[in-house]
Amino acid sequence: MELERIRNFSIIAHIDHGKSTLADRILELTETVTGREMRAQVLDSMELERERGITIKAQAVRVTWKGHELNLIDTPGHVDFTYEVSRSLQACEGAVLVVDAAQGVEAQTVANAYLAIENDLEIVPVVNKIDLPSADPDATAAEIADLVGDTADHVLRISAKTGDGIAEVLDAIVERIPPPAGEPQAPARALIFDSAYDQYRGVVAFVRVVDGSFEARVPLRAMAQGTRFESEEVGFFSPTMRAAESLGAGEVGYVITGLKDVSRLRVGDTLTSERNAAAGPLPGYKDVKPMVFAGLFPTDSDDYPELRDALEKLKLNDASLFYEPETSQALGFGFRCGFLGLLHMEIVRERLEREFDLDLIVTAPNVAYRVLTKAGAEVEVHNPSEMPREVERVEEPYIKASIIVPKDFVGPVMELNTERRGRFDHMEYLSEERVLLVYELPLAEIVLDYYDQLKSRTRGYASFDYDVIGFREGKLERVDVLIAGEPVDALSLIVHRDGAYARGRMLVDRLREEIPRQFFDVPVQAAIGSRVIARETIKAKRKDVLAKCYGGDITRKRKLLEQQKKGKKRMKQVGQVEVPQEAFLAVLNLDGGKK
Amino acid sequence: MSARHLYVHLPFCASRCGYCDFVTVVGRSGQHDAYVDALLAELELERDALAPRLESVFLGGGTPTLTEPRSLERLLHALPQAEEVTVEANPGTVTPEFAALLRHCGVTRMSLGAQSFQPRLLEVLERRARPEDARRAFALLREAGFDNLSLDLIYGIPGQSTADLDADLAEALALEPEHLSCYELEAKPGTRFTHAHGAELERQAERMESYFERVVARLTEAGYRWYETANFCRDEARDLRSRHNLAYWRGRDYLGLGIGAVSTIEGRRWRTTPRLGRYLAALRADERPEREIEELPAPVRRSERLLLGLRLDEPLSLAGLDDAVDAGALERLERLGLVARSGDGEELALTERGRFLGGGVTAELLA
Repeated sequence: MELERIRNFSIIAHIDHGKSTLADRILELTETVTGREMRAQVLDSMELERERGITIKAQAVRVTWKGHELNLIDTPGHVDFTYEVSRSLQACEGAVLVVDAAQGVEAQTVANAYLAIENDLEIVPVVNKIDLPSADPDATAAEIADLVGDTADHVLRISAKTGDGIAEVLDAIVERIPPPAGEPQAPARALIFDSAYDQYRGVVAFVRVVDGSFEARVPLRAMAQGTRFESEEVGFFSPTMRAAESLGAGEVGYVITGLKDVSRLRVGDTLTSERNAAAGPLPGYKDVKPMVFAGLFPTDSDDYPELRDALEKLKLNDASLFYEPETSQALGFGFRCGFLGLLHMEIVRERLEREFDLDLIVTAPNVAYRVLTKAGAEVEVHNPSEMPREVERVEEPYIKASIIVPKDFVGPVMELNTERRGRFDHMEYLSEERVLLVYELPLAEIVLDYYDQLKSRTRGYASFDYDVIGFREGKLERVDVLIAGEPVDALSLIVHRDGAYARGRMLVDRLREEIPRQFFDVPVQAAIGSRVIARETIKAKRKDVLAKCYGGDITRKRKLLEQQKKGKKRMKQVGQVEVPQEAFLAVLNLDGGKK
Repeated sequence: MSARHLYVHLPFCASRCGYCDFVTVVGRSGQHDAYVDALLAELELERDALAPRLESVFLGGGTPTLTEPRSLERLLHALPQAEEVTVEANPGTVTPEFAALLRHCGVTRMSLGAQSFQPRLLEVLERRARPEDARRAFALLREAGFDNLSLDLIYGIPGQSTADLDADLAEALALEPEHLSCYELEAKPGTRFTHAHGAELERQAERMESYFERVVARLTEAGYRWYETANFCRDEARDLRSRHNLAYWRGRDYLGLGIGAVSTIEGRRWRTTPRLGRYLAALRADERPEREIEELPAPVRRSERLLLGLRLDEPLSLAGLDDAVDAGALERLERLGLVARSGDGEELALTERGRFLGGGVTAELLA
């Protein structure tokens, strides 16, 4: 296909604003999927691929509209994957920005719109769900126009649900989005904007060809990582996998690599041909590092091998997941895992529990710290219990947070951010009612219950997004917890000096509530080094009997004791003390108060 | 098959106390005779399960003494003889004639449900009898010649102060019973009582935590032997422990007759239907009433041996129970001074502190 007839675009939207439904309608209207094949939200469904023995999800679908080849490139929906989103956007020349007519612009809309603008994309603004009774298309159109620097009459008004206005969207894609630039005759270069692992075919790279062309059975190289392989097949999704002779300049498709390890082909890298290699890679490759860490432990220590296998399998498809074995004296054998962010952590945890049927204890997450020791060594610390006692300097990651709230909630949000060591950057009115607040915050302050607090203080109206902006020095202390004199490594945390006493106190109070009374007094202490900053005692039980036990009570009594025993087995032994798993999560929502 | 212990359930009550979750039947005095007929028919059906000579018979309820005297007499005469025959009595139902009748029918031991001597607390418990009823009933039974009397007390009643508890114990001791059963009030889910008082009980839980210790201290000071978690007997040459209940705690087989009664014989436990109509109908037709059967495999029997045996103040022989005991827990509990081994490690008992925590300690010991 000549470049002039190709359009590459993404749909970007806040969650639930209708991205998937719009994608479905586009597939329908372009007859990529016949009515019979049409199922709701094809792009999100893996069934079609499964039928063909392929277990991966299409990251780009090719459709035809009025003689043009349109490639719809999917973007990961979340803040933690900003880098992946930016790579997907780099594969496009334009983006359809979808905003719910009833909800208006949200934080994720802003973040995605800015990303699209940074990537020089032509934006096709769309107000969706105009059929809703609560829709306010005019106000929403004005907000979007303001956001992307366009005029409101240029904003399309559609209902993806009813199909109203979809043809206009496709026309606008053809008319407004420029065709890709590229040199069909130059040495081959393609951007890897996503990859997936298929158990039969190995790593499948999703690529946007920039220059030259790619064919099957040609030796290729990933330029940044130096990974070499021979392409087994090239092709595209429409909507199922279709092999092609070649992928030419400007086109989007897949390359089956036969590689067995997804980490050898990183998103953002450039593919080139070994025989006629390009002079240099495409710009923008970054080695993304995990920022949020947590310990994952099997509830039942016998499940350790299963957890290890499960992590190995997840890693096949998730190059940004990091893990290494960890031994905790309180929780036994497990893994310290690194994630791009909180949602990434949630996704991994959910998949482990749901797909692999594992029962897990996830310790309170912490961020990565850069530490300069007194001895002059620079180390990166992923676990509070590994923080050296004697440090010269500690640096922690900072984020730039964008929060959009109705103007009445500006006060509570500012208050929250101040409590969380936030530095006000700026504020702007998106409309008369809604305000964008931009803050710089230590990432550590948002990994613990920030979302919950933000939601509860704004009655659910706030939307939030962030971007890591680098490391900064902080006055940080390591607080340890001792239960009956035994330090509990899994409960150590690193906090800002000013908040250490308050945190230590809250932690000790929470533990007193969470740890059931034992057969003896149990002191619970929080300490910085050898200095105890808070202390509580869990008083010993004085009685624990079932008074009556005669002929008719024996079965019930036995079952009660068996239940009690089972409950004990679910607890973790810290020295002589039985600590319920919930106690290890006490640090998660210290400010959240009682459950 | 031969159980040497027989339990007979007499479910009839004048009214239902709010805290009670036993199988009881209020009113229906017209059915007492039919019920006794059914019991005797059931006894005939189960006769093979009983040993030729019984050690104990226990008539519990309900309110056994509410049963029509003639019906009760007929029942007592028809039941097999035993060395100990106990009947539970409600203080309000004891008359001189009734006491004499029981004595005449071979009853050796009476268990009187006093529960409390404070009118206010009896009201909370919805007990109809007054404190003086308990005292009078006790005197009547003594006069009738009973030399083995037991009193039931309940503590931890909503609104019960330490002084109230002390007063109840003093009143009970003043009667010089041979035996005392002291139960902490259990707010069982689903009872009217829990509905009305559950919140209050939770509020006072901490304050009443010491009551169990107090009961044990007062009674042992007064010369009673704390021979089972909730049971005490005068410590004298005559063994005044309840032989019938000891059988439960020693894991002996027992046969239960009547609605809702439980039997355990040779590794099988069953509970007879609690529904009066069905029970009567089945036995009128000389058929076994419906029962809910629970098989007790060897490991379960061993666990029960442990949990029951450790309720007593006598050491439990561990012979054959190795599989039932978590060795690690045993060591840990020994270190904490909650259990003690004796007889070259072949016997096990809870220490005094261990007995106050018996439920939790046993739960931990179970393998």
